[in-house]
Amino acid sequence: MADPMRLRAMNNGEHTEIKILMRHDMETGQRKEADGKLVPAHFIQHVEVKWQDKVVFDAMFGTSIAKDPYLAFKFKGGKKGELVKVSWRDNKGESRSDEVAIA
Amino acid sequence: MQHDAVKREKSVSRRQVLRLASAVSLGLMSGLIKPSEVFAAEWPNKAFDAKNVADALRGLGGETFVESKDVELNAPDIAENGAVVPVGISTKLPGVSTLAILVEKNPLALSGVFSIPAGTEAAVNTRIKMSGTSVVYALVKVDKQWLMASKEVKVTLGGCGG
Repeated sequence: MADPMRLRAMNNGEHTEIKILMRHDMETGQRKEADGKLVPAHFIQHVEVKWQDKVVFDAMFGTSIAKDPYLAFKFKGGKKGELVKVSWRDNKGESRSDEVAIA
Repeated sequence: MQHDAVKREKSVSRRQVLRLASAVSLGLMSGLIKPSEVFAAEWPNKAFDAKNVADALRGLGGETFVESKDVELNAPDIAENGAVVPVGISTKLPGVSTLAILVEKNPLALSGVFSIPAGTEAAVNTRIKMSGTSVVYALVKVDKQWLMASKEVKVTLGGCGG
């Protein structure tokens, strides 16, 4: 099971700002071990953020998003206490979802 | 200079595509590059496997981009560690559907594609890997047009190989 994300959702009146820190090695498939063997690519491909069952953000990653991917964005709306759900899926089919209450 | 290089490269490949189009059926071609399919939960292989900016854009269903002062790209002048380079794209233009970050000299050019539903600001901050000094591109899709801002980021220590 993948490690939990660190999530923050802050409402500042009109907008809610979301900050996401995922835990993932984001292997590029270009890196070599000491024995010269390539480490196979293993990376998050798809991230979806939902608020009130509405998709508010959708990201597709390639291999060159940095290890432990970080995302920050804002959407209109959101009240204190409402939940924001973040889900990701990687190229090996592993996935993880976490929720955060808007502060 | 860099932009000229991209343009040249693009015009060559466009000719190749046109040549291909005469051989391959038109239906198949349009099926390959339907932009509406890009975010139908399918990860756009063609765009992410592209080795240069022009091919990556084509993979996203785009043909050309236009440089625009309305697109903001925040990236450092010098990144000491290519493994973690903070990058931000934003625009105040209305009607933005998609944002994308590309690194010209990375082994695979496209880093990330972000779809912007109505109500979400056309702005994203993330962190990318850079294999070395390169031009970074921020692309913004407004209606059917792709707008672009770019910046060269000098990388002291590359972040892709090992």
